Amino acid sequence: MTRKRVNIKIKELKSDLGVIRDLELAFGKVIEEKWDEPMGPTPFPGMTTLRDWDMKLLQRYKPFYLPFCDVCCLCTFGKCDLTGDKRGACGLNMAAQQSRIVLLACCIGAATHIAHARHLIEHLMEKYGPNSPLDVGGLNIDVEAPVTRLVCGIKPEKLRDLEEALDYCEEQVTHCLSVTHTGQEGSNLDFESKVLHVGMVDQLGMEIADLAQTSVLGFPKADPEAPLTDLGFGVADISKPTILVIGHNVPSSVGIIDYLTDKGLLGKAEVVGICCTAHDITRYSSMAKIVGPISWQLRYIRSGLADLIVVDEQCIRADTLVEAQKVKTPVIASSPKSCLGLENRTETPSEKTISDLVEEKVPGVLILDPDKVGEVAVETVMKVAPKRNRFKIIPKIEEVIKAAQECTECNECRRACPNDQPIPEAMKAAAKGDLNPLAEILESCVGCARCDSACPNDFPIHSFLVKAGEKQLAKEKFKMRVGRGAIQDVEIREVGQPIVFGDIPGVVAIVGCANYPHGGKEVAEIAEEFAKRRFIVVTSGCAAMSIAMVKDEEGKTLYEKYLGAFDAGGIVNVGSCVSNSHIAGAAIKIANIFAKRKLRANYEEIADYIHNRVGAVGLAWGAYSQKAASIAAGFWRLGIPVIVGPHGAKYRRMLLGRKDREKDWYVYDARTGDKVYVGPAPEHLFTTAETKEEAMVLIAKLCVRPNDTSKGRAIKLTHYIDLHKRLYGVMPDDIHLYVRNKNDVPITMKNELLKMLEEKGWKEMKIPDPTLLPRLIRKRKGE
Amino acid sequence: MSAKAEPWQTAEIAGPKKALLILKPEVVVAMVKRAKRPILIVGHHAAEDYSDDVKMIDYAIRMSKTTGIPVVATAHTISEFIKRDFHSVTCMPAMDIGNRLVDPEWKGLDGKGPYDLALFMGLPYYMEFVILAGLKSFSTNLKTISLDRFYNPHATWSFPNLSVKDWNESFEIIVNKLGGE
Repeated sequence: MTRKRVNIKIKELKSDLGVIRDLELAFGKVIEEKWDEPMGPTPFPGMTTLRDWDMKLLQRYKPFYLPFCDVCCLCTFGKCDLTGDKRGACGLNMAAQQSRIVLLACCIGAATHIAHARHLIEHLMEKYGPNSPLDVGGLNIDVEAPVTRLVCGIKPEKLRDLEEALDYCEEQVTHCLSVTHTGQEGSNLDFESKVLHVGMVDQLGMEIADLAQTSVLGFPKADPEAPLTDLGFGVADISKPTILVIGHNVPSSVGIIDYLTDKGLLGKAEVVGICCTAHDITRYSSMAKIVGPISWQLRYIRSGLADLIVVDEQCIRADTLVEAQKVKTPVIASSPKSCLGLENRTETPSEKTISDLVEEKVPGVLILDPDKVGEVAVETVMKVAPKRNRFKIIPKIEEVIKAAQECTECNECRRACPNDQPIPEAMKAAAKGDLNPLAEILESCVGCARCDSACPNDFPIHSFLVKAGEKQLAKEKFKMRVGRGAIQDVEIREVGQPIVFGDIPGVVAIVGCANYPHGGKEVAEIAEEFAKRRFIVVTSGCAAMSIAMVKDEEGKTLYEKYLGAFDAGGIVNVGSCVSNSHIAGAAIKIANIFAKRKLRANYEEIADYIHNRVGAVGLAWGAYSQKAASIAAGFWRLGIPVIVGPHGAKYRRMLLGRKDREKDWYVYDARTGDKVYVGPAPEHLFTTAETKEEAMVLIAKLCVRPNDTSKGRAIKLTHYIDLHKRLYGVMPDDIHLYVRNKNDVPITMKNELLKMLEEKGWKEMKIPDPTLLPRLIRKRKGE
Repeated sequence: MSAKAEPWQTAEIAGPKKALLILKPEVVVAMVKRAKRPILIVGHHAAEDYSDDVKMIDYAIRMSKTTGIPVVATAHTISEFIKRDFHSVTCMPAMDIGNRLVDPEWKGLDGKGPYDLALFMGLPYYMEFVILAGLKSFSTNLKTISLDRFYNPHATWSFPNLSVKDWNESFEIIVNKLGGE
C-alpha cells in the first residue's frame, strides 16, 4: 500500500449543470493495494488501542518504583515533595510521577530515533530519489519491514513509502509527550501503558532509519558473513591525517568517504569513528575504522590523535568543542540537533571555510550539507594535520607524579566517580612512581571526567588515567564483524522451531551503551558464555564493540571465533542503535514466518505469541541513555524481558513478576479455554542485575517460556541450574516452579531434582497452548 | 566519628526526608532489639576487601548468628556465605527483595508476617540508594538502616561517611552488644 496526495484543480468546467470555476479537489490518500494479506485489527494504533494488552502485562509485571528524586520540579507550583503518600500541587503522587518521568525519557529516546530517521529519509530521498527501492536482503528477505508491517499494516517498497510510517511515529510521540504535561494523566499504570506505546513507536522509527540507510547506502544486507573491521584505540595509522567522526547519523561521514573516493584520496587519510556512526560508516566503507564505544571520546580527543572531528548527533559529548580546542583540533558540526554554538557555514564557499579552519580563525563550523562536510573535512584535515603534529594534552609521567604528590586525597574525585573508583589511593601510589593503579582504573572508566570537574586542585585526572594506560591503549587493535543488518527469512525458518520448542535455549540480545560498572570485558565474557552454550547471541551498538575488545590466547576476538549467523552459537552483530529493530524484527518474523501468524497490523496476537513462545531476553549492561529506555520499552510491549546493569536501577522503576504469587501465572489454553498455571515464565519484564554473575543466571532463567516442549524445557533448566550452581554455589530454590512433568527434568540431574521436587510438594502441571488473549481460544468449554 | 550527613556520591541528594545519622553504634543495637521482624540484606560488595582482615560479610554472619536475623544474599553473594560455611541464608535478587518489602501482604521468607526493619549492606551505593528510596516512599511500617560505611540518605538511619577503622570499630560494638543482655 502506498500513499499519494492527489490534487485536482479545474479552472473552468462547463457542463449541463452549469459552469463551475476554480474547483479544487484534494485527496489525502489513494490506496494502491499490493499486499494480499487482509488488514489486521490494529493498523496505526493510537495511544489507547493496545491498552488492554499493556494492562495484561502490567498486571503480571507490576512496577517497582525507585525514585531517583523525591521531588517534582516540572512546573511553578513546585518543587513538590512527593515522598510517601504525599501528592504534589497538581495532585500527582510518587508512583505516577516516576512513571511520568519514565514516559518522558522514552519520548526523548523515541523522538531521537525518529528525528534521526526523518533527517536520513529526507536526505536520502533528495539525493537518491523517493522511488529508490527498499532492499535489506535481496532474495533472502520477503518480510523486509516486520515492525512496520506489524504496527502500521503497510508494506513499504520504496523510500517514499516510509514517510507515512514516519508521520505516524511523529504524531504518536507528540501525543505521548503531551501526556507528561501537568494536569494530564493521573494513573501510574496509564503512564506505563503509554511508555509501552512509545517504545513500540520507537522500534518503528529505528526500523525506518535502518531500512532506508541499508537499502540506499549499500550496507551489508542481512549478511551473516559481513566483513571484519578494525577496532581499537590504536587502529589509525597515525602517519596519516585522521578524521574522527562521532555520533549516530551517518550521511556526513558518507560525505567524507565519497569525497576521498572521488578525489582519489582513499588511503591518504584515516577515517575513524566512535559510537554508532562508527558502526554505520564501517557498514558503508571498508576503509573506515572504529576507535571504540561512547566512553572512548575524551581519551581519544585529549590524546591528540584526531586532526579533525566531525560530530553529527546523539551521544556526543557536549564539551567536544572545548576539548578539541585544547588540542587544536577543528570541529565540524553537521546536524541541526547539535550546532555547538558554531557559525553556520553551509552557504559559505568551501575554500573560505577551509582556510578559516586551517588558519585557526574559527575553532569549528556548522555545515548542514553532508557532501559539503565531506569536502571541507578532507581538504581541511590534509592541511591541518602537518601543522598540529599530533598535539596532545596528555601530561608527561613526571607531571602526573608531581600532581599526585600534591594530591590531598580529599576523596572528591572518588565521590564524583559513577563507579566509585579508588582514585585517591591510585594517586597515592602514583606519588611514589607507581602508575599501575591509575591504569587499572582506566579499565573500568566510563569516560565521564567528573573526576576532573570535582578536583579542587583542577588536576585533569582523566588525562592522568589515560597517561597511565597509554601504552596499553596504543596496542588496542581488535576485529569486529561489521553490522549485518536484518535477519534473513531463511534463517528464521531454520531456527524458528528450535527456538519455539526450546531446543535452542534462547536468544540473548546484548545491546546498549557503555556505562558499565567494571568495564566492557564483562560484556564479552557474558557473550562468550552464552555462545558456548549454543544460545543465539545478538548484539548492537557500543555493546557490540565491547564484545570485540577481548582476545583469546591465540589473539582472536569473539567475532573471529564465532559465526555471524542467526543460529545456535552465533554472535550476530546487527549494527548500530537503529539496527536494534532487527532484533525485534527477528522475534516478530518467528511468529509470522515459522508459526504463520498473521502479521499485518496484528500487534497483540504477535506479541502474545512472542511472550509465550520465543525465549528471547535483552541485556543492556551499560545502558545510560533515554534511547536505551525507549528501546527497552519496545521490547517490553512485545513481552520480551530486559535486564540492565546496576546503573540501570536509576531508570526509576522495574517491571517485576512475583513467582511466589501463583495467581499471576495463569494463561489460557488456546485449545480448550482452560486457565492453566504455567509458572513464572518469564519471571520479569524489566529488572536490574547487580553483578555479571547475576545477569548470566537471570538470562538463562528468563528464556523459559510456557510453550517449551519437555525437551526444550529440560535444556533450558540445564543451563539455568548449571550457571546457578557454578556462580552461586548452590542449586536454585525455584526449580519446582518450572518443572511441569517429569520429562522436563534434565536427565543428568534427575535423582537430585526429583528428590527436591518431592520436598517442595510438587505436582504435575499441564502444558497448554498458551495465550493471554481470550479471543485466541479455539474451542471454549461446553462448545 | 564525623557527623556530616553528605551522600557519599556527591550528587545523590535526597530530600526533604533524609536519613538520620547513626552517631553511635548503639543506635543500631537498639533498633535491632526493638524490631519484631528484622531482616538483613547483603550485597556482593560485602565480600570484598574493606580492610586486610575483616569483611562486611563476616559481620553479617556474626550478627545473624547472634540475633537470628534472617539474611538475604543478593546477586551471587550466597556463594561467599557458603564458602564460610554459613547456610542460613536466602538467595534473592536485590530488586526482588525490595519489591517484596513494599508489599504489605508479603508474609516474609518464613510466611510469618511482614518485616518491620530492613538492614542493608554491601550493595552498589547507587543501587542501594534507589532501592532505599523506593522503600521510603512505598513501604508501610518498615524502617531501614544502611550499614555501609557511607551515608545513604534514603534510609531511615545511616552511618555517616566513615573511615574503615571507625566503621570496623562500630561494627564490633554492634555485634558485641547484640550478643549481650
